Amino acid sequence: MKMKLRKLWWSLMTLLVLSPSITFAAGGGEAAPIVIVADTRKLSGIMAWWANLYNESHFQFMILTIIIIPITGVVFGILADIVMSHIGIDLKSKNLPGH
Amino acid sequence: MEWLYVLMPIAGVKIFWPGLIILGIGVGIIGGFFGMGGAWMVTPGLNILGFPMAFAIGTDIAHMAGKSLISTMRHGKFGNVDYKLGLIMLVGTVVGFEIGAQMVMWLERLGSVEKVVRWLYIALLAGIAWMVFHDVAKRRKMERAAAAKGETLDESVQGINWAATLHRIKIPPMVHLKEAGIYCSAWLPIIVSFLTGWLAGILGIGGGLIRMPALIYLIGCPTHVAVGTDLFEVAISGLYGAATYTWKGRTELVAAMIMLVGAAMGAQVGAVATKYIKGYGIRIAFGLAVVGCAVSILLKLVKPWLPAYARLLDNASTTLVLGLVTAMSIYIFVRMVQGAKRELAMKKNN
Repeated sequence: MKMKLRKLWWSLMTLLVLSPSITFAAGGGEAAPIVIVADTRKLSGIMAWWANLYNESHFQFMILTIIIIPITGVVFGILADIVMSHIGIDLKSKNLPGH
Repeated sequence: MEWLYVLMPIAGVKIFWPGLIILGIGVGIIGGFFGMGGAWMVTPGLNILGFPMAFAIGTDIAHMAGKSLISTMRHGKFGNVDYKLGLIMLVGTVVGFEIGAQMVMWLERLGSVEKVVRWLYIALLAGIAWMVFHDVAKRRKMERAAAAKGETLDESVQGINWAATLHRIKIPPMVHLKEAGIYCSAWLPIIVSFLTGWLAGILGIGGGLIRMPALIYLIGCPTHVAVGTDLFEVAISGLYGAATYTWKGRTELVAAMIMLVGAAMGAQVGAVATKYIKGYGIRIAFGLAVVGCAVSILLKLVKPWLPAYARLLDNASTTLVLGLVTAMSIYIFVRMVQGAKRELAMKKNN
């Protein structure tokens, strides 16, 4: 019984690691199958480059997005940290015990 | 006033960017405090700002990934994140979510399920709200009983303690979850996360609203650890979600980044506020947020029966959600400022 449960446990772990399609589904449901094209005529500079990248390759656009998003979050989060620690708030320990 | 509007390069619409930052700050504070993504608050906000709905979900998920990551780091420093528990739960969440989403598609082929799903959501939210307030009422009763005897009730005593019963089920492998202070069968978090993931898949939501109370009442996490661990899961699933929606071309990254400026800073404020508010304080505020969410959905559900008031009901629902975001974020911010003032005064006295 114990062995069977262990086997089941490791099978589930393997399933998670080897099934990226399932893992990706955690992000949400299917989007409607419409092709959206960005209108680059009114854009210039980085915005035009960005919209062109979107039109040319959703894959490259995705890679850049998942790099930029965490970096932006961390940069502005750290900025807030700097302000709060400058005020004197202890950002390393919590004060309250209990459930 | 043209400078207050920015052209979204993909969606091709001009959006009032300070509105995106304000919305980001609000949902960031609430997300960092309660440990949830908060899609139910963001979507009406984006709608009001004139954001095309085709991009709303993807943009919301993208900003959610960034803000959850930074608040997970903050909660991690406070010792509020049980990474082992988060990783174990990810297994159940992913499998459960996929099964739930497939079930909805299968049911859709049989007939319209949208209404059923919404009513199910209402029932679930009502159940969560009942659970939270029942727990709070029971704890208050215990406090009064202890006070009558001239004693003080220990901080760790809870009104509802279903988790203790579930911990007695010792099916191997057993796991020790250090931060959560739990020793239980690994199947408990897997099954709980499978069920919450399955429900999230059926309802088409991120799941933080369900997972946070499940972590407290079924797994037995202290409230602060439930918040931090849930955020860890939101960060991972948010990043996957951002990837998949962007691949489908449904993310307006410029809007997500503008929102993230406010949300990342707001999330830090929300995470730090948990330092100054007791677990039960967080639970009560969470219960109120759940009630607000349920009422806003209810207003949309009764629309077909009251067609003459359709517009009014829509506006009432949006106003309620945005009012709730404003009130909650102001409340959390004020509590954080009060706590920080106390902390600084204590430091000065020492």
